[in-house]
Amino acid sequence: MRASLALWLVLCLAPLAPRAAEDPALDKRVAGLAHELRCLVCQNQTLADSNAPLAVDLRNQIREQLKGGASEREVIDFMVARYGDFVLYRPPFKASTLALWLGPFLLLALGALLLVRRLLRRRAPEPPLSEAERARAAKLLE
Amino acid sequence: MNRYLLPLGVFAVLVGFFFVGLNLNPREVPSPLIGKPAPAFELPLLHAPEKTFSQKEMLGKPWVLNVWASWCPPCLVEHPVVTALAKSGVAPVVGLNYKDAREDALPWLKRNGDPFQFSVYDAAGRIAIDYGVYGVPETYVIDRRGLIRYKHIGPLTPEFARDKLTPLLQELNRAG
Repeated sequence: MRASLALWLVLCLAPLAPRAAEDPALDKRVAGLAHELRCLVCQNQTLADSNAPLAVDLRNQIREQLKGGASEREVIDFMVARYGDFVLYRPPFKASTLALWLGPFLLLALGALLLVRRLLRRRAPEPPLSEAERARAAKLLE
Repeated sequence: MNRYLLPLGVFAVLVGFFFVGLNLNPREVPSPLIGKPAPAFELPLLHAPEKTFSQKEMLGKPWVLNVWASWCPPCLVEHPVVTALAKSGVAPVVGLNYKDAREDALPWLKRNGDPFQFSVYDAAGRIAIDYGVYGVPETYVIDRRGLIRYKHIGPLTPEFARDKLTPLLQELNRAG
């Protein structure tokens, strides 16, 4: 009983154990890239987080290419050429993404402008009372 | 009255954005390959491992590349549509058998009928990566110059085949 439990535990935890790392530096580069790229099967996960078969294939692809001497830039270009900008978790800054990158700042500026205008208007001093108004106010306060 | 106009306007714009945005299908990612040459490959045939096929052999005529697998239920759903398209003779339909095993794929074709001129066998899925495949089934239309003209993700529907695919292929057939 205890032996089978131990075996079960080992089997369950085996996938979590790191594989014999032949090259920790390479592993790190692969992981770095895998965190930057989207898994297109389960779209809100990175290639690093996903266990979809395609994500596994693409991680292997990254590893192979880095091993073959490709730079990070080249691997990213390889992915973008096949799957489009959508694979990038950080969209590039270009004409079609201008609104995406600058929109929030424009909205912020607009909000600040409205706020300042409103505050200024509120601070404007009250016009002084005329003699007649003063007399009327005094009467009301009696 | 006027003070309600601004929030109402903002609300209307938001509704407009949501109306368009929520009608988009997030699964349909535009392919960067449209208008580009179909990636080169040379793969063994599913039926005859000793023979190979390369996309070059199709230069000169428009054709359809359909990515399928026996483990993919939606492929079975679109199978009658692919069969009808192939039977109509509007263009040759070639299968790309994706990450499958011969002993599963061949019986699948026997059971459901084989609409393909032939299927190529991409067991590792390496060629599919070059084509940007991420959700089988996928269907590519390639013109006579070898350029990818259209990519469809997910199962083909009869309506889509009738209204989009067949007219496109007819047009490509006519074009010089």
